[in-house]
Amino acid sequence: MTQAEPTDVVRHHETVVTPPGEHDITDGGPDMVQFLDAEGNRLETNETNAPYAEIVEALTPEDGRAMYRDLVLVRRVDAEGHALQRQGELGLWPSLLGQEAAQVGAGRAMREQDYAFPGYREHGVAWCKGVPPENLLGMFRGVNNGGWDSNANNFHLYTIVIGNQMLHATGYAMGIQRDGAVGTGDESRDAAVMAFTGDGGTAQGDYNEALVFAGVANAPVVFFVQNNQWAISEPNYKQFRIPPYLRARGFGFPGVRVDGNDVLASYAVAKAAMDAARAGQGPTLIEAFTYRMGAHTTSDDPTKYRVAAEVDIWREKDPIKRMRGFLETKGYADAAFFDAVDAEADELAARIRKACQEMPDPELPTMFDDIYVDEHPVVAAERAEFVSYHSSFEGEGAH
Amino acid sequence: MAAQNVPTGSVQRLTLAKGLNSGLRAAMKADPKVVLMGEDVGKLGGVFRITEGLQKDFGEDRVIDTPLAEAGIVGTAVGLCLRGYRPVVEIQFDGFVYPAFDQIISQVAKMHARSLGALRIPMVIRIPYGGGIGAVEHHSESNEAYFAHTAGLRVVTCSDPGDAYWMMQQAIASDDPVIFYEPKRRYHEKAEVDLDERAGAPLGLHQAAVRREGTDVTLVTYGPMVKTCLQAAEAAAAEGISLHVLDLRSLSPLDLPAITEAAKRTGRVVVVHEASTFLGMGAEVASLIQQECFYHLEAPVLRVGGYNIPYPPSRFEEEFLPNLDRVLDAVDRSLEF
Ligand SMILES: Cc1ncc(C[n+]2csc(CCOP(=O)(O)OP(=O)(O)O)c2C)c(N)n1
Repeated sequence: MTQAEPTDVVRHHETVVTPPGEHDITDGGPDMVQFLDAEGNRLETNETNAPYAEIVEALTPEDGRAMYRDLVLVRRVDAEGHALQRQGELGLWPSLLGQEAAQVGAGRAMREQDYAFPGYREHGVAWCKGVPPENLLGMFRGVNNGGWDSNANNFHLYTIVIGNQMLHATGYAMGIQRDGAVGTGDESRDAAVMAFTGDGGTAQGDYNEALVFAGVANAPVVFFVQNNQWAISEPNYKQFRIPPYLRARGFGFPGVRVDGNDVLASYAVAKAAMDAARAGQGPTLIEAFTYRMGAHTTSDDPTKYRVAAEVDIWREKDPIKRMRGFLETKGYADAAFFDAVDAEADELAARIRKACQEMPDPELPTMFDDIYVDEHPVVAAERAEFVSYHSSFEGEGAH
Repeated sequence: MAAQNVPTGSVQRLTLAKGLNSGLRAAMKADPKVVLMGEDVGKLGGVFRITEGLQKDFGEDRVIDTPLAEAGIVGTAVGLCLRGYRPVVEIQFDGFVYPAFDQIISQVAKMHARSLGALRIPMVIRIPYGGGIGAVEHHSESNEAYFAHTAGLRVVTCSDPGDAYWMMQQAIASDDPVIFYEPKRRYHEKAEVDLDERAGAPLGLHQAAVRREGTDVTLVTYGPMVKTCLQAAEAAAAEGISLHVLDLRSLSPLDLPAITEAAKRTGRVVVVHEASTFLGMGAEVASLIQQECFYHLEAPVLRVGGYNIPYPPSRFEEEFLPNLDRVLDAVDRSLEF
């Protein structure tokens, strides 16, 4: 016997892989970690969620209420962003509707010293990291290309080019390692990174290279893939043959699929992964199984490529409805609490709207600022030319 | 003349977007080896709907929704070329071509030469480019100079629906790799186009076109700025200044005879493009003109382009992009010499 049948080699694996085009996007399968059913009833501890049960059990009713509050406020930030775009105040808005639980779960699993590297839809993570939602509006209004101080809240600038930030996150985590800020056992010192992308992003070269580097370096980074089933018009089976959580093994670290519409599960899985990363146990890939309820962005028309019935199925899995059901069934929150959160959301929305409308247009010559750190003669000359050109219109009234 | 009696039912009023779409359709019909690839090009018809309806008519094997991976799109298209196909790939926006940059520069551009002419890469890489649409960053860039600088690639750009229709077919028919820039803010401009294939393309893929005759100053431009320059010429005419407008169409190679003729005609040249001026197309054009037309020049060749800063946030873009005033200001400066 000289050679094994090639098919034996290729076909020998334990996991059953569905052929392209046949994924059931409404069911995360038996591997998916879940603690709440669609009505918000606490599921029994089972083989899949057992490793995380302790984390969930340690949560207090107050934690539950705080999570609920985050979900509602984040949804409201999003709704306001959408409305502002429709009223012409913003050029674009990428909605997170439906993904609140995935993001709040991940965001709440981060400590102050942990660093987040977002894509462009991570408004919920920004919220949990304490970034004022107003800060997110500038780039969508067109007054800046990011603008906030990433180091103020350890929340990096949004990244539009799909996949780019995954490598930055990994490199940052390698820096943490070099600084000796992993595995010391000091809660206030040990740090880790969370890198966010979508299901489409997992196809990019940068994403795959990031996973290679992270694995090789055993870096303290958690890759948080929000599988919201769509990359603009393309269903996720156009992006991969095997789901992201199963692919992690090939990069040398564990992958977990979690119900991204269940905030308790998202939190528990993210916390376990971040704890492991901070302890020096290396990367984890988390695939949050969720759904993009709205359009890709305000420029997109989803009726061209997906059916309403699919959206309806996911509406039943709504993350806020589910968490509210849980709090009510357990008697952890009363009507007064829910009303108070709604009132707070109204106030927040009004605050964001006002901040957006009052956001000044940038002064003209500032477009030449911050291109280089040190004075650059070409930019300086053009700035001067620009200013003198503009002053030539003074008194003409038209400008 | 009898030829005038050819039925003209093939003349249609089209947008530039529809011109591209019709050009792609014609090329796909003519050659079964033509395949389209890209993100969202199938059911959605691309984010700008340039491939609208093509998957429905030609099937998923010929209009391929690819994974979200630009190196993957261009790299696999190289392989398809080697197997005898003619892939036309869509890069969703200008700023997203960079993940594929390595494949384009290292492989697409050089394979024909490396194989001593044995291999051909008849690929078209479509890139909607340029600003003026109020987009977030990476959605408004003009990166043509990177590709024009690379030997082995042809780089072209259309500026009106007729060119969109014919140049797309010519680019697909070319056995060389062609980077095809589409001026996205002109997608909705309309004009009459003669779709009659017996008439054929009025110009070769590598020829420049005179868009307006003039005697005082020549504007050399391309893509989205052609319209701006024509408007500037209109405004200048009202003040008694006659502008000659040359649309380059091909950025690599440049149509040198057309450029020198246009420069000699007036002795004064302003090159206009959206990309930053520093090491932009204007630098090459200006250099060629001073080399070839030195004794005909009445003024130094001037350039009007984007400033030498990254494409700014959209609230600044009106100032960043050349507009009528800036073009006319340069015309005045040229006339002052
Ligand atoms: C490199 C690159 N190519 C293309 C795009 C255009 N684009 C923006 S979002 C998007 C789909 C992203 O899908 P996914 O990664 O699943 O994330 P989601 O938007 O669903 O959160 C595409 C193709 C881009 N931003 N960057």
